[in-house]
Amino acid sequence: MGWPVTAPVLDVQGLTVRLPAGADRVHAVENVSFAVAPGEIVCVVGESGSGKSVTAHAVMGLLPPGQLTATAGRVLLEGDDLLRKSPTEMRRIRGDRISMIFQEPMTALNPVMKVGDQIAEVLDIHTRLSERERRARVLDVMTSVHLPEPERLIDVYPHQLSGGQRQRIMIAAALVLDPVLLIADEPTTALDVTTQAQILKLIKELRARRNTGVLFITHDFGVVAEVAHRVVVMQHGRVVEQGRTEDVLRRPRDDYTRMLIRAVPSLSPPPRAPAAAAPIVLQTTDLSKTYLARGFFAKRREVKAVKDVNLQVRRGETLGVVGESGSGKSTVARCIARLIEPTGGAILIEGADVARLGARALRPHRKRVQIVFQDPYRSLNPRRTVGAAITEGPMNFGMAESEAATRARNLMRLVGLDPDALARFPHQFSGGQRQRICIARALAMEPELLVADEPVSALDVSVQAQVLELIDDVRKRFNLAVLFITHDLRVAAQVCDRIAVMHKGEVVEEGTTAAVFAAPKHAYTRALFDSAPGRHFEFGKFEV
Amino acid sequence: MSVEPALLAGEPAARPPKPGLPGRLARDGGIIFGALIILFMIVIGITAPWLGTKNPSEINPSFRNRVPGIEQTIRNDDGTARTFTYRMGTDSLGRDIYSRVIYGARVSLIIGITVAVISIAIGLFIGLIAGYLRWVDAVVMRLMDGLMAIPAILLAIALVSLFRAGVMSVIVAIIVPEVPRVVRLVRSIVLSVREEPYVEAAICAGTPTHLLLFRHVLPNTIPALIVQGTFICANAILLEAILSFLGIGIPPETPTWGNIMAEGRGLFRIYPHNIFFPGICLALTVLAVNVLGDGLRDKLDPKLARRV
Repeated sequence: MGWPVTAPVLDVQGLTVRLPAGADRVHAVENVSFAVAPGEIVCVVGESGSGKSVTAHAVMGLLPPGQLTATAGRVLLEGDDLLRKSPTEMRRIRGDRISMIFQEPMTALNPVMKVGDQIAEVLDIHTRLSERERRARVLDVMTSVHLPEPERLIDVYPHQLSGGQRQRIMIAAALVLDPVLLIADEPTTALDVTTQAQILKLIKELRARRNTGVLFITHDFGVVAEVAHRVVVMQHGRVVEQGRTEDVLRRPRDDYTRMLIRAVPSLSPPPRAPAAAAPIVLQTTDLSKTYLARGFFAKRREVKAVKDVNLQVRRGETLGVVGESGSGKSTVARCIARLIEPTGGAILIEGADVARLGARALRPHRKRVQIVFQDPYRSLNPRRTVGAAITEGPMNFGMAESEAATRARNLMRLVGLDPDALARFPHQFSGGQRQRICIARALAMEPELLVADEPVSALDVSVQAQVLELIDDVRKRFNLAVLFITHDLRVAAQVCDRIAVMHKGEVVEEGTTAAVFAAPKHAYTRALFDSAPGRHFEFGKFEV
Repeated sequence: MSVEPALLAGEPAARPPKPGLPGRLARDGGIIFGALIILFMIVIGITAPWLGTKNPSEINPSFRNRVPGIEQTIRNDDGTARTFTYRMGTDSLGRDIYSRVIYGARVSLIIGITVAVISIAIGLFIGLIAGYLRWVDAVVMRLMDGLMAIPAILLAIALVSLFRAGVMSVIVAIIVPEVPRVVRLVRSIVLSVREEPYVEAAICAGTPTHLLLFRHVLPNTIPALIVQGTFICANAILLEAILSFLGIGIPPETPTWGNIMAEGRGLFRIYPHNIFFPGICLALTVLAVNVLGDGLRDKLDPKLARRV
């Protein structure tokens, strides 16, 4: 990929942004330099707290006033230093020469304004077009982002659109004035993989057609491999490495970059010993959950969240349930943990049907199934110590406090934390540490089945690898059956023995991980696999 | 393959510890202002007999409707004479308004605080149950909707007329319309907290329902309830004054700010001090309680502050 030597659209030189006093470090970003050429996609990649978003906001002139201030360096947009512009001048530049798209298409659009008007607003501010010309421009840009039936969609409200369509509207609004630079801050993180693939394709296509420079912020190396021409790797506010995508991914020079890339789970499943005929721990037969939307006067409306799901997990085996949002995978997990009551079918835990049990009858079965949730920040009571969280379950079942405390200490050691930290409160731990505590809490009950509902989705890639390792480790050590819910094919490939793919409440395909990855049978599974970003790229195989 | 604990020690803690809550509260001007005035009123109420007052119910037919500052020679119980200054004048029955205002603080504060505490206790109990048990919810909330549909003052008037007039019946009459508001607040918090993963994890751990509510759900309602409590307190003080002003609350011989104003209403044009002094005290107290509540809300319950 040789690029003609042209003047860069964006040239960031020695950018330093100061954090308010009392933060954990002095600078949010320190001495950051990189450039974006016309028609080039530059990915800034890093974990949470690396300063990648602050960099994007500094370029856009959107640093929160009074809290973050750029203290040194220059941000040159076609030679103009943006850091020296007045707020009025910046307002004129934003939307016209630079524009930005955000992570959350739900909240970035005004819910009470028609989407066409939101795109037209940009034209209204920056141009003096007539009503009719404006509408024509809006329709034109909506067509170019491949929104179906722009004539109809121009007059709808955001809630009538899907997540992917909303993000297309955001991109249309960003591109309507043909900016020279587009800043995309994690634009696909909140989207499903199939939608993500379409949006990434759209961004690639648009930058080629319009020759826009794109500054793309992401944490996902799959996305980097998919779209980037050049990569800037950030850690703790500093650039640790930058270069052409091929070079950085294949021949990283920096240790941190190597660690990050190595932590990306591979899409090809490692060989796993075929599960012997171990006893079945969990079996669901025709498990269904139907929600009734009940209105006072309106007719009842049925929503079939889960339809006739048959799953089987043996002792010592990990079954992955893979699907996009709304596929019903979390509903399955919550039914099995009996946080909700299924409307049909049976859930056999070691032969006993728990699907219909009332609260009292369910209690003895509670300890057999434990669940680990997605959000480590909300799964521990902020007002209670970690020790109280871990000992709560065993003590509910009559264990003496001293015995429960000993078990908690052992478990803390097992999950790789200091046993003396039991007296601390959850806010004193990082996300990965909290997820370890949640695993310890689940293990304290000595369960037969561990349900892990997206346990690593909220974690950084390096921490993610450690937590996955821990889950696999406890599975082996305690010969646990694990039901692993995830949307991430890479994660599923690494930890699951078998995989069930869910789509619209039904299991469309099930088989051993190796078989499903090698030869997906169902059309949806194939679409899902084709959408995985960076699927053609084998991460972690470095050339010397 | 287990993970090295040493590696984890390197992971930064998520947040540095915040300054203590008392420290943060003491830095807020509104909280200090409100708390000082309320404290002042409480001290006045408690020490009323020693603040140069006389019996607030004592009628003096020969010395009616006098302006503030007037002096009179009165006889003590032992027969000696002394000069008594009516700092705020006398009312149409010759009672000392200064004494009545000072003693009136007792009634206002007792009613405000009692109503706040009791209605929060009742509302918390009903709200927790309504929020957690779905089948109770439908019945209880419709009942609460019904109660809220009746104007608070009308309901209070109806309730007072059912019992003998007195402080207790006024307290009950104010609590009844306040409880539904607390129930709604608690219920809404319970409904959102019960979806929190840590509550669901406790359910999976087999925690019995009463412990679940007490350990994991109830503590989340406390900040909002402290804030709500101050607003209820202010509202109760006002409602008591309104009831007394309308002549249906506390019997006229007991001095309350509302009673004093009701007494002075007829001659307001000629002797405005009858209404002026208790009015100032009432306004200042209610303002202080509200300012304190606003300050506490900003500190304790940022979510609520954004919603209001």
